[in-house]
Amino acid sequence: MRATIVGCGAVGSLFAANLAQLDDLEVWAFDLDREHVAAINEHGLRLSGAGEVVGKVQATTDPAELPPSDFGIVATKCMHTAAAIEATARAFADGAVCSVQNGVGNEEVLAEHVERVIRGTTFPAGRIIGPGHVQWDVKGDTTIGPFEPSPAAMADVERLADACTRAGMPTKAVEDARGPQWRKLIFNAATNPIGALTGLTHGRVVEDAGLRRLVSGLVDEGKAVAAMQGIELDADPEELIDHAARPDVAYDHKASMLQDVEARRPTEIDYLNGGVSRFGREQGVPTPLNDAVTALIKGLEASWAQT
Amino acid sequence: MWVIGGGVIGSLFAAHLARVADVTLLCRRPEHAAAVSENGIRVSGRADFVARPRASTDPAGLTDAGLAIVATKANDVEPAAAQLEGRLGDGSVMTVQNGLGAEEVVRSHGAWPQLSAVTFMSGTKLADDHVEYVLDTPTWLAPYDGAPLDLAERTATLIVESGLKAEAMPDLEPARWSKLIFNATVNSVAALTGLPHDYHFAELDRPTDLGHLVRGLMDEGKQIARAAGISLREDPWEMNVLATQRGSRHYPSMLEDVEARRPTEVDFITGALVREAERCGVEAPLMTAVYRLVKGREASYQ
Repeated sequence: MRATIVGCGAVGSLFAANLAQLDDLEVWAFDLDREHVAAINEHGLRLSGAGEVVGKVQATTDPAELPPSDFGIVATKCMHTAAAIEATARAFADGAVCSVQNGVGNEEVLAEHVERVIRGTTFPAGRIIGPGHVQWDVKGDTTIGPFEPSPAAMADVERLADACTRAGMPTKAVEDARGPQWRKLIFNAATNPIGALTGLTHGRVVEDAGLRRLVSGLVDEGKAVAAMQGIELDADPEELIDHAARPDVAYDHKASMLQDVEARRPTEIDYLNGGVSRFGREQGVPTPLNDAVTALIKGLEASWAQT
Repeated sequence: MWVIGGGVIGSLFAAHLARVADVTLLCRRPEHAAAVSENGIRVSGRADFVARPRASTDPAGLTDAGLAIVATKANDVEPAAAQLEGRLGDGSVMTVQNGLGAEEVVRSHGAWPQLSAVTFMSGTKLADDHVEYVLDTPTWLAPYDGAPLDLAERTATLIVESGLKAEAMPDLEPARWSKLIFNATVNSVAALTGLPHDYHFAELDRPTDLGHLVRGLMDEGKQIARAAGISLREDPWEMNVLATQRGSRHYPSMLEDVEARRPTEVDFITGALVREAERCGVEAPLMTAVYRLVKGREASYQ
């Protein structure tokens, strides 16, 4: 069995290095960072922190080198999905491709280039601390299921979940994987842009009564769009948001979008609040607050081009 | 005549009016007063001259003033009005702040005849003694709380003679609310995005374009005005489109404030509209959202 990780950043590396521990799986990685790729090929892909792992991964910056794979795991930032899958699709002609990215809309992009698509939502997190070396910050579960309009067979979904689980990345195969995806989406869309626009940590956003009401307004719109699609959330985003604000959980956490904004990197807004708005328009559900924060973040990104 | 507050607006008033009247600029910082006393105020841009108003940090001389123009930021009207109390004799007071509420603050310190004004002129403070005059749009003024219209007309005439644009009117509310809705929207959006007031604010091509949010905020503002019984003098959205077409890329003061991590006037501008919406029982979810976000941004300074 062979798996190829498309986009070997922090999350991609967690999958790649762990999956490489399995005897019955050969792991490849496609990434554009030459230094990172060279280091992986020379010394293996190393994880530190929540687990100490070194994985033998064959990495390349050249999609032509990728052999045919049974599975693809796409872990690029959302805005790079189209380019990444267009370049690598040939390797998945007989395989199934799973997104473990943030937001919504990634599977739709994958389905434009490959036939069998798996919807995935993952919670483990980390960050690259050097070429070939990733800090594993948070362990967590992954849920995967067939992407309805262009599905992989349930047997393949189960095979991938089994491999990930055996490799130390607990993964559940389900018929309908939209619940966890929309739960994560609604959480992120309600909190990330508020942190990014104000500069406040998660805990300070939640304890500001005015901002907390705005967060709830964003959550309510996301829930309405999910409900209209018949999606049952697997947990209440409101409770998760309050839980995360506890001092012993993530009070001091700066949302990834705030980190992006501080570093003036393009954000994933189109796939978070922009995704809620887009699905809302399709479903005829108004999403004025998600529209508003999408426009504000896109305005913020536009301001960087001017100075 | 005294001008209280030597920011952009105060400096423009003091410099221009010094050409037709005896003007003292009341400053907060001694080095500011010293620079103006020594060098006068240089105006460049739309006009080009050096005027020599008096400048002081001592409010004692206010006793002889015929008119005190309060040109501080909205946040500083309270201390400015406190300086007038017990000093300003039979003179009048004109407020020229953004947003709502400055007149009431001044009134709580004395029974002087008051003028209410909004100004659309803008500029950039290049130094304590140098102000760039950027937009030569008018100042509108009206009597407040029973003051005679004649006082507004005489003051407007004097301002016009000094080289600035001004117009007196019996009721300021239609003009003031037009500007309030415009300002609440443009300032908040600029502060949150970091964008100067440019073409982005009128873009409507894609669903995520900023123009939709700007228009949505202004529509809420118009509903609040209607509920408050105000008929607007100008349509804020048209003001926005016109201003962005001028191509001046104006940096709204709230954007400059958040970039310098200073307190903004958001409570007097966007917050004033949110409070009016609550008072009138009108829903204003977008205005409320940007108000809270700017407040959150201010909280992040600490």
